[in-house]
Amino acid sequence: MSFKKTVEEINEKIKRGQAVVVTAEEMVDIVKSEGVKEAARKVDVVTTGTFGPMCSSGAFINFGHTNPPLKFFEVYLNEVQAYGGIAAADVYIGATQPSEDRGIEYGGAHVIEDFVAGKPISISAYNKWPTDCYPNTELESLVNKETVNEAFLFNPRNAYQNYAAATNSSNKTLRTYMGILLPNYGNVTYSTSSQLSPLLKDPEYRTLGIGTRIFLGGTIGYIAWQGTQHNPQRKRDENGIPLGPAGTIALIGNLKEMSTRYIRAATYTGYGCSLFVGVGVPIPILDEDIAYKAGLSDEQIKTLILDYAVASNSRPVVKEVTYAELRSGWVEIKGKKVKTAPLTSYVRSREIAETLKNWIREKKFFLTEPVAPLPKDTVFKPFTPYRKGAE
Amino acid sequence: MRKKIVLNFPPRTVTKPITYHLVKDYDLIINIIHAKIERGETGVLVIEVKGKKEKFLEAVSFLEKQGIKVQLLAQDIDLDIDKCVECGLCTGVCPTQALYLDDEWHIGFDKDKCILCENCVQACPTRSISLKI
Repeated sequence: MSFKKTVEEINEKIKRGQAVVVTAEEMVDIVKSEGVKEAARKVDVVTTGTFGPMCSSGAFINFGHTNPPLKFFEVYLNEVQAYGGIAAADVYIGATQPSEDRGIEYGGAHVIEDFVAGKPISISAYNKWPTDCYPNTELESLVNKETVNEAFLFNPRNAYQNYAAATNSSNKTLRTYMGILLPNYGNVTYSTSSQLSPLLKDPEYRTLGIGTRIFLGGTIGYIAWQGTQHNPQRKRDENGIPLGPAGTIALIGNLKEMSTRYIRAATYTGYGCSLFVGVGVPIPILDEDIAYKAGLSDEQIKTLILDYAVASNSRPVVKEVTYAELRSGWVEIKGKKVKTAPLTSYVRSREIAETLKNWIREKKFFLTEPVAPLPKDTVFKPFTPYRKGAE
Repeated sequence: MRKKIVLNFPPRTVTKPITYHLVKDYDLIINIIHAKIERGETGVLVIEVKGKKEKFLEAVSFLEKQGIKVQLLAQDIDLDIDKCVECGLCTGVCPTQALYLDDEWHIGFDKDKCILCENCVQACPTRSISLKI
């Protein structure tokens, strides 16, 4: 008879210093060598990790009120426009916003990295509509993470479950968010830590959900919601792994406590800015099914290579491949040996899984049960234009 | 000996076929790494030279007599490992696998294989790779 564990029992073991915590890579080896039954019995927690670029990143910052008060309607941080259309001193800085002076070489992601590094950030804010509440019309100053009130990273989407790989069939070089794609299937790029990636190790969201405590940017964060474009109904294989981009999670955490080792700005030439965000999710091994899926290896996880020469939201599939093939450095496309390259740092993804493992072993991090599950029935729709009268 | 050198051509046209003379008169083996020569502008030619040391030194004085500035290429592509996040995206645009991910998934750079194409400079998302001549 198969046994079951609870999150509460695992937390008790963590408290007693008896929990067996391994990284997702180590779990692959344990399942291979000892079998899934033994792995499920022995292992209590599997830690995952990923360190890749995510454009859907940004941070809310409250700067405190000026005297007389100012509504920060139009606001710039290091010449990068942020969003001030919320309460007076609250601002959202988005990762992909280019700066007014340096364009995509310095954008919102760079502001966030500099803020995390503790560097001074210039702020300029304007209000064209002064009111009795907010009579002030402009402000210019420096700020840093010590001078502001709350600052929290809020990523509407992160940790994409099985993002598709990219190539280019055309005879022109393409400059994309998947990096530079050389002509005539000149290369293939992929963006995941594969067998270390959070949503590939609990593919049916059995243990992670809204409220789950995680590693985020070097500190503790939480899953806030399903991420934007969450697409749980994508076709799945016999192991429940979706073939192509499926689930996503929205993440929240204290930006002031984060580290530039795990929050790093990126510029993709010809495309724009993005933010490398370190994410690690612990998976409590509650039964054999969870153990089996947390132990799936790169040989068992497949994805699609899409042709970015077709600028459409339904790009043609060039090939289905395993991550073992992608990570070997070469794949074959139409009889040609093609170089592959990752966008996600595998070595730093591994470091995140190791760090989270150590936090749990040192009793600094306890597991949570989701407050609510991630939905499994939502649909990711394309944009559907319609006009009045056509309803 | 084997050296990488940068030749800076003056804006006025150099009429002599330089690489021909290097091969024919000084018995040097030339590998052109990078060339940018346009009429009316300062031209740049990066070459790898193999041959005898004395012949090489004679060749350098020949080049200098033609008004060509000769610089040794001490360092070529510079990878700032403190800035680099070791994603490995550069390895996909490197035509000679001079940039590679090792068995432990750390980034590696084999300078001898580098042909200074500069693909990696624009591919690097953290701007950790630069060309230093």
